[in-house]
Order: sequence, then C-alpha cells, then structure tokens
Amino acid sequence: MNLEPTEEQKQIVATVRRFVREEIVPLEAKLDPDASELPREDFERLTNKVREMGFWGLDIPAEYGGAGVDMVTRVLMAIEMSQHRAGLYVPCYGVFGTAGLAQLYEATEDQKQRYLHPMLRGEKRGFFGLTEPSGGSDPARAIRTRAVRDGDDWIINGSKVFISGADRAHFGLVFARTDASKGRGGVTCFLVDTDMKGFHVRRVVHTLRSSHYATELQFEDLRVPNANILGEVNGGFAIANERLSRQRVPYAAACIGVAVKAQELAIEYAKQRETFGARLATRQAVQWMIIDNEIDIRSSLWLTLAAADKVDRGEPFRMEAGIAKLVATEAGGRVVDRAMQIHGGYGMTKDLPFERWYREMRIRRVGEGPNEVQRHVIARDLLGGSLR
Amino acid sequence: MSIRMSKAWVGLTAESVKALPGQLGVYQLADAAGTVVYVGFAGGRTLFGLRSELEKALAGRPGGATQFRCEVNQQYTSRYQELLMLHMADHGELPLVNRADPPPRLGRLSPL
Repeated sequence: MNLEPTEEQKQIVATVRRFVREEIVPLEAKLDPDASELPREDFERLTNKVREMGFWGLDIPAEYGGAGVDMVTRVLMAIEMSQHRAGLYVPCYGVFGTAGLAQLYEATEDQKQRYLHPMLRGEKRGFFGLTEPSGGSDPARAIRTRAVRDGDDWIINGSKVFISGADRAHFGLVFARTDASKGRGGVTCFLVDTDMKGFHVRRVVHTLRSSHYATELQFEDLRVPNANILGEVNGGFAIANERLSRQRVPYAAACIGVAVKAQELAIEYAKQRETFGARLATRQAVQWMIIDNEIDIRSSLWLTLAAADKVDRGEPFRMEAGIAKLVATEAGGRVVDRAMQIHGGYGMTKDLPFERWYREMRIRRVGEGPNEVQRHVIARDLLGGSLR
Repeated sequence: MSIRMSKAWVGLTAESVKALPGQLGVYQLADAAGTVVYVGFAGGRTLFGLRSELEKALAGRPGGATQFRCEVNQQYTSRYQELLMLHMADHGELPLVNRADPPPRLGRLSPL
C-alpha cells in the first residue's frame, strides 16, 4: 500500500493550506471566539472563490455537481481545512459546501426533486433525526418513536434528542419504529417536512460546544405520506448505518488537522518562551510532550489514510473507519491538552484557540458513535458474531 | 429549569452597570414597561464582558432601554440564539433593536 500523496494531491493540499491561512484565519481573528458562521458577504465571497478553485461540494458526487474527490484526497483536504479555531466542527465555515444528507442520493426520483436537488442548490436544509432520549449508541434497539400506517399515510409519535440543525431545517430524516418485533429490521426512515403539523422543536440542548447547539424534537400525530419513505419499509437501519460508518473517516481527519495546528503552535511557543533562563524547547519535560504529540498525530494520520484507502478501493471499511475515529479523537484530545500545558496560562484563555478545541475535541469521543461502541464494532469484526 | 430568562429587571444606571462582573454571558434590555427591546451577548472579545456590553447600552440606550437583566453563561452564543428563538415563539417577532441586525438563519422553537 502506497499512501504517499500524488503530485496532484500535494498541489491540492498546498492550495487549501494557503486558502485557510490567507482567507479564513484573518477573518476569524475578527469574529467572536465561539463563532460558527461568517458574515453573509464573506461567506458568499469565499464560497465563490472555492467554486472557482473547483473544490466546492467535496462530498457531493460529481454527477450532482460536486467536486467528486476520492476519500484519501478528502482526508488530506480535511486535515488542512480544520486548521483554524472553528475548524473542528465548521471547517472553513462551510464555504467548501456540505453534502447535506448523503442518504438522499438513494432516494426516488420524486424525492430527489423535492429534497435532494433543492438541498444541493442551497434552497433547503435538512437534519438527521436518529438519536432518542432512550439512547443513541444502539439506535436499532433504542428507537421508540413509532410510525403507524393509516391509509396512504403514516402517523408518527415520539421524540428525538441531540439533533443538529432541526430548528433551521426545512426537512429531515426521521427514523421510526414500524415493526416492534423486528429490532434493527423494524426501523423505517421518513422524509419529514418541518412545517408539517405535529412537528415541534421543543428546546435547545446546550453543550460544551457553545458555538453550536443540538435540539430536542417531539412528534405529535405527525402525518407523513407513504411517498416520503426513504428506501424500504423496515429498511431504515441500513440507511443510517452506511452513513455513520463512512462519515467516521473525514471525522477523524478533522481531529488530525486540529492536532497538527496545536502541535505547530506548541513548537513555535516552546522555541521562543524562556523560563528560568532557558527556552522551553530545551526542557526535557516539554520535549517529551512534543514527541508524544507527534506520535499521536502520525499514528492517527496513517490509520485514517489506511481507512480512506479501503473506502476508495471499495473494500469493507467498517473496522478501519472505527479504528481511525477512535484513535484520532483520543489522540487529538491528548495533543490539544499537551499544547495547552506548554502554553501555560495563555493556553487556557480565549485569546488562543486551544480552549475551544479542548471543549470540542472532548465531544468527538462521543459524537459519530462513542469510542466504546467503536471498540465493540472492532471486536465484533475481529471475533465475529454479535458478542451478545 | 426555565429556559426563559426570568430574573428581576435592574435599572440601567451607571451604578448598577459598574457592579456587573467582567464575565461572559447574555443579557436583555427592556423599556420602562418591561418590554424586551434587545437581546445581546458579551462574547470572548469584549474587554470586560457583561460590564462592557452594558456600559455601551447605558451610553446608547438602544430602543429606549431603561432596565436590564443578565446571565453569566459560557455557552453565550447558543444561549443568545435560544433567547431570540424564544422571543420569536412568544411574540412572533424579534425584539425591536434586534430586528435591524438579525442573526443569519435563526432557528424556530415551539417550546412547551
């Protein structure tokens, strides 16, 4: 396996790096330290610039107008795009475009016309409604939201929690139980319009990630037409699972990018800061922290690239994606923590990006499937069976 | 826990503002009748947090504000948006002064 970037990939990395340093970082310096959005005129200007560069819509297939990049290149770009204060959760403030809900590529033509195309044109926003108060790590069993057939419609009742963007969305994917006897085989995915009667965003859920919040949803006799089922009745879990596994790879890459930037800042500071008559960089305690950072970064990088390579080769990648997510999120947290320690008191302030990375990196160990679940998935692949 | 800010209003005076902490958080301004005219936040770039923001309010009295209440809150950006969404849900429009510069893509809440 050769994971050395091609000449084209090296050029792409250099272009994205320059874009982040010349366009994003100076703008960010004027924003609130917890900001997650650019002023509208800056967002539009930079989005147009990214379009001109040919990079808009990284996660959108080329046939739908996206950049259509392979996963290895996507990882290399994600590592660069996340190297700024807001980069972990809003790399480049979204000016590279988002794929939205990738499940919609599997939708019927009618559903694509109503949801996918408007979403890709930026006219509609969607949310992904899977997690419930009863649990999120085992959605196949935890889903208690029920959908009951009523003629040509389905009536949905229940609630969801930790759902991002539902309060701003025009529609969403809502997973509901349609057969109580079938476990993961009894879940169906519905396309739900947020202006439908019975759809409620009940509250904001505040988290460590101040820049962005989740929401809690309630469905009260929400009537959804049968034509709004995505995929097959009782086939919802497969739709959710594919998305969750694939997304773990760029998710890991963003953690690496932040870790790389934290390490860069730590090295720079250690070389200039003097204590007791000598630079921090000459202290063994500091050197070891920097060495441990480098080991964490490189191990995460190779494991994530290995996972991306499997995706590109069309081979099963669930275990590799799980390992990449697990290692990169834990390593990223350690790297940011050590970089803060090297910076001392300044490392704790909002003057520098570490405190935001520290808070947000903590969430990464739970988001996209907690690391304990990743270990469970890996064990299942290594040992076989359901381990129950 | 109530998600609406329900503290008692405090007169917007030099004395009351001087007593404010330099911490980060959110605040509301109201006119003499107690109508909320502005929701704001003191973010990480303010010099003295809530005190600095309320000093500006005292000098400008946006929307004819005569009273305020605030909440020290590290989640000031999400709490700020929550307060605006709650105001929209309760009154069908943003507070008077916020209407001039609404946050992009404010969400919708239908709280119980």
